[in-house]
Amino acid sequence: MLGEPLTRNNVNHDGAPSKMVVEGLSAFYGSKKAVSGVSLGFREHTVTAIIGPSGCGKSTLIRCLNRMHEVVPGTRIEGRVLLDGEDIYRQDRVSVRRRIGMVFQKPNPFPTMSVYDNVAAGLRLNGMRKRAVLDAAVTKGLKQAALWDEVKENVYGPGIGLSGGQQQRLCIARALAIEPEVVLMDEPCSALDPIATAKIEDLIFDLQKTYTVVIVTHNMQQAARVAEYTAFMYLGELIEYDRTEKLFEQPTQKLTENYITGRFG
Amino acid sequence: MKFDRDARRRVFNWIVGVLCFLCVVAALVPLLSILYTAFINGGHVLSLSFLVSKENNVGVCFPGDPASCSVGGIGPALYGTGVVVGLASLMSVPVGVLSGIYLSEYGRNALGRSISFFTDVMTGTPSIVVGLFVYATFVYIARTVVFSALSGAVALAIIMVPTITRTTEEGLRLVPNTLREGAYALGIPRYRAVLQIVLSSGRSIVVTGVVLAVMRAAGEVAPLLVTAFGSSLGFTGVNEPAGLLGPLIFFDATGGSSLLVSAAWGASLVLILLMLGISLLARIALRNRFK
Repeated sequence: MLGEPLTRNNVNHDGAPSKMVVEGLSAFYGSKKAVSGVSLGFREHTVTAIIGPSGCGKSTLIRCLNRMHEVVPGTRIEGRVLLDGEDIYRQDRVSVRRRIGMVFQKPNPFPTMSVYDNVAAGLRLNGMRKRAVLDAAVTKGLKQAALWDEVKENVYGPGIGLSGGQQQRLCIARALAIEPEVVLMDEPCSALDPIATAKIEDLIFDLQKTYTVVIVTHNMQQAARVAEYTAFMYLGELIEYDRTEKLFEQPTQKLTENYITGRFG
Repeated sequence: MKFDRDARRRVFNWIVGVLCFLCVVAALVPLLSILYTAFINGGHVLSLSFLVSKENNVGVCFPGDPASCSVGGIGPALYGTGVVVGLASLMSVPVGVLSGIYLSEYGRNALGRSISFFTDVMTGTPSIVVGLFVYATFVYIARTVVFSALSGAVALAIIMVPTITRTTEEGLRLVPNTLREGAYALGIPRYRAVLQIVLSSGRSIVVTGVVLAVMRAAGEVAPLLVTAFGSSLGFTGVNEPAGLLGPLIFFDATGGSSLLVSAAWGASLVLILLMLGISLLARIALRNRFK
């Protein structure tokens, strides 16, 4: 064991409440354990990064936070995931996902839809028909995703006609349009060039005013740039969780230090 | 010996390229030959009146009777084909597309795999067997010999379903999972994600499957001989025998009269052009509206 996990893992957010809390979470693919007894809380209106080497379970962990891992057959979890103190696994998963949005590794705009329809998709496919409501949500989503100025002339053009970075911001706009409370991002910049990455990072930093953001990244500089808190995972376990500067400058765990100094991973 | 290896690679590349081209030519020759022969033998009878006028179901030219000396037309059969294939599509497209959706989206289990297997078997079933099955079923229900447009449509529908099912399944399986996940992450219920994201992304393959099935049904003869049978009036009611292009070509070509043989060639040409037209229309309709 790695010491006393609860004291180390549960960062007291300087007294601020956690929007989401993970309690003793283990996740399995069949008999393979991908996440092992993780406990931590995500502070409201804050960006939290999850870092760690490939295969450490960080993507699985973030997918457990809005029950997306259930899309893969043969998966199950132990433990609890609380949103505002209530277990999301005791609620309807479709409504949970409306409160906890997600942005994926590769931009995945709906290929048959225009920019407008992509952003409106979440509302429309949940039954919203009023044009004025959709218009307002699309404009707001695109503005929040810092894409509005680039696409306002052509919102009825194809979503897949945009550049990779614009497509990813379109996916962010799509996620924001349904007004979630939490936005999960699973390596959102890994398919993008440095300029597009910088834009998305600025955007992520701004999003915390309105949303609680959790971002998985394999890029430590990215975590340092955008996140107030950072969690380091290794082999499915949460090794260390702290304020980002503290974790990078004075890690308490040898594994964390080895990882951030580039000795492995 | 670096040069030798490069030269060998280039020669090999050239040979494979030429072989591929020759295979394309070999595949196209019979196709073009059919089209050419149909044009040569049937082109001269084509006219607007050929498309709309009644069939010459005598085929023997009496000098005093100009109607008996004309090649006639295929109007009724064209109409019958439209109605019966249309009825068959009404029955088979919903069943085929929904089965395909089930197999691709929900059928990752023993039931799904066995349906897939039997669908493949159905695709390979000779159409005359389907025709006889439908014939026997209708006779069993009616307790008398029945030839009807409805039984013809049912037979064609049974022939169409497996093609539509399998192409829909294959088409939807090609839709990347990231799109499904993208939809689920927006809190979109699964059935809506399937119907409005997955189906819409894979629609070109689904439509291709439907078009293939329609084309196959429109050219069928054998199953219709024991179901819709034939009628010089085309379609006169679901419980009446119906005349379609396929059987018309068969009857006319074997009718032993040069007039009827010409009509058969003309009808073949019309059938080919019709299929070409349907294919083209489908392509135009499917053209991505953003391109």
